Amino acid sequence: MAKYRCETCDYIYDPAEGDPDSGIDPGTSFEDLPDDWECPVCGVGKEDFVKEG
Amino acid sequence: MHTETIKEGIYWVGAIDWDVRNFHGYLTQQGTSYNAYLIIDEKITLVDTVKPDKFGQMIDRISRYVDPSRIDYVLSNHVEMDHSGGIPELMELIPQATVITSKAGEKGLRQHYKKEWNFRVVKSGDSIDIGKRTLSFVNTPMVHWPDSMVTYIPEEKILFSNDAFGQHLATSERFDDELGWSAVRKDAAKYYANIVLPFGKQVQKALSALSSMEIELIAPSHGLMWKSHIQKIMAEYQKWSNHEAPNRALIVYDSMWQSTEKIATALEKGLSESGIYTTLRNLKVNHISNIMPDVMESKLVLLGSPTLNNSILPTMGQFLTYLRGLKPQNKIGFAFGSYGWGGQAVKELVQTIEDLNWENPLEGVNIEYIPDTEELSATVDIGKSLAEILMKSN
Repeated sequence: MAKYRCETCDYIYDPAEGDPDSGIDPGTSFEDLPDDWECPVCGVGKEDFVKEG
Repeated sequence: MHTETIKEGIYWVGAIDWDVRNFHGYLTQQGTSYNAYLIIDEKITLVDTVKPDKFGQMIDRISRYVDPSRIDYVLSNHVEMDHSGGIPELMELIPQATVITSKAGEKGLRQHYKKEWNFRVVKSGDSIDIGKRTLSFVNTPMVHWPDSMVTYIPEEKILFSNDAFGQHLATSERFDDELGWSAVRKDAAKYYANIVLPFGKQVQKALSALSSMEIELIAPSHGLMWKSHIQKIMAEYQKWSNHEAPNRALIVYDSMWQSTEKIATALEKGLSESGIYTTLRNLKVNHISNIMPDVMESKLVLLGSPTLNNSILPTMGQFLTYLRGLKPQNKIGFAFGSYGWGGQAVKELVQTIEDLNWENPLEGVNIEYIPDTEELSATVDIGKSLAEILMKSN
């Protein structure tokens, strides 16, 4: 599963880790994150993330 | 008349920093102010504080209106220490008070000050009744830190915008119309270009959240309050955040033995003769933070450096690092320079232009040793070609 990078603050969403503080289990792909999920560092939405090469 | 009263019961109680000239690398030639605001209602509320060393000024001003120990709510719109720095000392006086902040704000304040204050975390859409008035909150993440938020009082139509719409300006005046649009706009533009520029998308979101509010006063955390020019500054923020710039040219360069300077001058000649307003900024005498507003307000940006030690001049290196961080978009770029051997500088300049996703329509000028008359005349023509490209771009 691909990692995604926040274009605003450079946080990397790593599916292997998920985002437990926001209730996202490890193993959740970026695509499967809820639409209202926000970057845990800076709070921007999924649309501001880009796939890591 | 000079006044710190905004409305009955709402007062500016901040601090003026007449002496600061370098604000984490941003030249503040006119000093700045840290704006805190006091609202006297059933719940006495302080909106933001000041830099730690200016605590005394703030407390003195608060004391003119109310005993500071009576403050119930300390509202922290932004964790950065020029706004939260007065909170620790203040909380010594009012340990029972509630600190109102965003989720990221609480995290940041805990990390900064290691204190167990009574935190109340708020988010967009939340509001707190303080008596006759309501505090209503909008998160504005990355305008310009993750914790940033703004607070609106609908009953007064006042927006406490924190760093948004701010200017680094130490003055005795408190309102935009006391100083005039062009003066305040200039410093608002410099502030935006040096602080907010990378966050255009987030600014657009914030502006859209603010668009439904009726605003009669914008009270930022630095500089003057916007009273008479609210629509105008909002329109400027719209343009800046959308990376729209007028058809002006900016030439940023440094030189060793005047060869790169001669190229810069020839480019300027070609552009000016074609009717393009062109600004020359020599990095030897211009600070990078003073150049950023010119970058923001020029569609065409030309970068020039001679080759030194197979690379660019360190002054240009510093400027490019700053530029890459602030990420101005939607530009046309052009690279030029001179060299004795190697000639790598222009390649590095082009790399930056490409990395920033600017257009780079013409091959750069890179001249060995000293440009001769023919080369300079060809360079003037390149200036003219760039002018044409610029004029066709919109």
